[in-house]
Amino acid sequence: MSQIIMGIETSCDETGVGLVRLSADSGEPRVELLADEVASSVELHARYGGVVPEVASRAHLEAMAPTARRALATAGLSLSDVDAIAVTAGPGLAGSLLVGVAAAKAYAAALDVPLYGVNHLAGHVAVDTLEDGPLPKPCLALLVSGGHTQLLRVDDVATKITELGSTVDDAAGEAYDKVARIVGLPYPGGPPIDKAAREGDPAAIAFPRGMTGPRDAPFDFSFSGLKTSVARWIEAAERQGEPIPVNDVCASFQEAVADVLTMKAVAAAQEYGIGTMVISGGVAANSRLSALARERCEAAGIELRVPRPRLCTDNGAMIAALGAHVVAADLPTSPLDFSANPALPVSTVTVR
Amino acid sequence: MLDTSTPAVTAGVAALDETVLGETAVDVLAERVTINPRAHGELLTPHLTEAASTAGVALTDLDAVVCGIGPGPFTGLRAGMVTAASLAHALDIPAYPVCSLDAIAADAGTGTPLLVATDARRREVYWARYAADGTREAGPAVDPPADIDVGDARVVGRAGSMVSASAREPSYPTAHGLVRAAADVVIAREEPAPLTPLYLRRPDAAEPGERKRVTEVG
Ligand SMILES: [Zn+2]
Repeated sequence: MSQIIMGIETSCDETGVGLVRLSADSGEPRVELLADEVASSVELHARYGGVVPEVASRAHLEAMAPTARRALATAGLSLSDVDAIAVTAGPGLAGSLLVGVAAAKAYAAALDVPLYGVNHLAGHVAVDTLEDGPLPKPCLALLVSGGHTQLLRVDDVATKITELGSTVDDAAGEAYDKVARIVGLPYPGGPPIDKAAREGDPAAIAFPRGMTGPRDAPFDFSFSGLKTSVARWIEAAERQGEPIPVNDVCASFQEAVADVLTMKAVAAAQEYGIGTMVISGGVAANSRLSALARERCEAAGIELRVPRPRLCTDNGAMIAALGAHVVAADLPTSPLDFSANPALPVSTVTVR
Repeated sequence: MLDTSTPAVTAGVAALDETVLGETAVDVLAERVTINPRAHGELLTPHLTEAASTAGVALTDLDAVVCGIGPGPFTGLRAGMVTAASLAHALDIPAYPVCSLDAIAADAGTGTPLLVATDARRREVYWARYAADGTREAGPAVDPPADIDVGDARVVGRAGSMVSASAREPSYPTAHGLVRAAADVVIAREEPAPLTPLYLRRPDAAEPGERKRVTEVG
């Protein structure tokens, strides 16, 4: 027997609608991707150098139904084929979340199907099962994007996720955006910095590795000091009247980020005796992060799983995938009057 | 019908009858309202399903959605509009937009000039003015109360008291007012106008200026 799950994602600046098929005849549920449509408002935010919540919310309202129609058309399905709806309940921007949650409630009520308000971060982990099959239990997840930097212990993606550490200030992707601005590269900063870094020397400048002292929390991150240190370095060079070696600055900055992220993730896997690591989120596509993670996981005997870039960024397929695991686990539905929660903790996978 | 342009979370089900004595008859079968400016996303769909069940109507029996499109505070307004768009998609029925101030005007009745004002926060009001026969002749707009010429108009709406001491009910768009305001186009099965919110204000967003220095320039 199989079921079709529709996933709706509006936590930041991407309006995503995904469709998956859940087959749960025996043993581990199988989840297959049918459609993954995303409308992004990223260009609208570029000139502000960051996501403007009201602009994002307006774009979500316009894009919601058209994106759902596109996803259904891609999958060759109609809404009457949908057996359950999952929607991001948090964490994220309040106004953005509200658009997706209100839409999901209306779809669920009109179609008379179960509704699940689910955790965005758990979606970033669940999406890996679309590509690499069932997740070993437990596994370790490193989520890195413009909005989050988290190390998670995932005992069961539908029911039991524990945060081992997170950033105490900026998210890794945020640091990329800020450094891009400092060196005069466009927003969002990830891709242009990655590109410039490939032409530079990662050992040219010794930027600091935040939160790596003996008394620091072993699995927390900090990128604010790194960003400031890049700014200081540039200003010093400007005062000397020297040309700025943008490629070397980018390579050295990127090296510092990838070094800390992978070092702490591998240390966490070893500390908890976990043999599989999943890296997801928009920054997972970064070439240096994935290369260094591959190198270090291999050396430590850890299996590394990184979904393809399209699935790592925010999308509806990840929410549909998580919804499928929640349905397969036979968890209770969310009440029709549930609230979006901008600060939803990762330990809450589904909202009751 | 739905409206989330004011602190009222409003959902209802109404029946329309072909023209009786030159006017489409509006019969509100059930209505649910909660006054809470932060509950639009939580309560709107539950209110609609409750109203439908009270009316003895399945959502799949609905022929059209009528939705207030503001003006109103943005976050709550969007909850209603995306609900209407999703219902229209899921039920494969048209969604008709109604200026939420027109819905209040429809309940206030005709016979004298009318000014409808609702709260726009920041000490401003959303307003529109109607002729004695009910035709909107100014607005919708957003302005400080002092800039609005009331003239000989009767003032209604939740923020009416910010404009005139003699302001009266109705305060919020009702199921009846919303459906009344849309009745003729709905019964004629006209192609609905686009479901576009009346924001009337641009998003608050500043483009970044020059990069701030982190070090002192000595
Ligand atoms: Zn994300």
